[in-house]
Amino acid sequence: MDSLTIIAVASIVIAGITTGFGTMGPAFAEGRAVATALTALAQQPDASATITRTLFVGLAMIESTAIYCFVVSMILIFANPFWNQALALAAGK
Amino acid sequence: MRLSPDEIILWQYGFVKLNATIATTWALMLVLSVGAKLITRRLSTDHTRSRWQNLLEIVVTGIEKQIEDVGLRHPRKYIGFLGTLFLFVAMASLCTVIPGYEPPTGSLSTTAALALCVMVAVPLFGIEDQGLGGYLKSYLKPTAIMLPFNIISEVSRTLALAVRLFGNMMSGAMIIGILLSITPFIFPIVMTVLGLLTGMVQAYIFSILAAVYIAAATHVRKSKPKAEPAPNI
Repeated sequence: MDSLTIIAVASIVIAGITTGFGTMGPAFAEGRAVATALTALAQQPDASATITRTLFVGLAMIESTAIYCFVVSMILIFANPFWNQALALAAGK
Repeated sequence: MRLSPDEIILWQYGFVKLNATIATTWALMLVLSVGAKLITRRLSTDHTRSRWQNLLEIVVTGIEKQIEDVGLRHPRKYIGFLGTLFLFVAMASLCTVIPGYEPPTGSLSTTAALALCVMVAVPLFGIEDQGLGGYLKSYLKPTAIMLPFNIISEVSRTLALAVRLFGNMMSGAMIIGILLSITPFIFPIVMTVLGLLTGMVQAYIFSILAAVYIAAATHVRKSKPKAEPAPNI
């Protein structure tokens, strides 16, 4: 395997692993957050506005960790710096 | 596949490039400012008012109430900054219903610029509220050991703001692009609707987080209530 193939294989595999494992934690966390918010809503329907607002902000904060993983894997696939460098090296040879 | 609308270059002269991000941002700014100007040209205070004035009043009072709920006591002072952030991001994601439109917030340069605005505005509002020394002292809370961590958090939350908005917008466009090649008929439309919802939520999150940061920078002393400033309507 030449270096280009190694870079391509590593990028694709790591991109999949990043998104796959990186979304597991936020998925659990969002499930727990929503479940807790629903319990709170059932107990105190009067405070629904505050609970919903806090829930949305919290969900976005939790989701941003998954988004970071997604951005990293997108960079690995579509804007990989090592890939461009290796291409430039291969073209220069 | 394109990662961001930065790569569509409309016009180039030497090193000066005009890409789709800048063009769309200018168009949005034009729409927002001209629209606001046109609506506020004929304001009425009696019972008959135009529907556009109603819309604008709902938007402005809604933003004002949200800012007040976060804990900032004089929302009129901050609505210029926070409201503009919200309206720009919301408008940028709402316009995705127009075919061929690429949201400028799907480019890291736009979101980084917005996040840098927040990063600059937070110390400015903090210094204005409690003076230079008082604001700098807030970095030493709770102890002086926390100084480097406070500075790190200042930088990292700016990065988080930028990447969160960019990632959400970019992922929406990317998922629709991928789905168009797999299931071209119904499903991309559903994802577009979901993208609209995500865009509104992200606009809300962005401005609420900016408001929370400003509230954290200004709200250190609660005991001394200040005089009510004149409402600048």
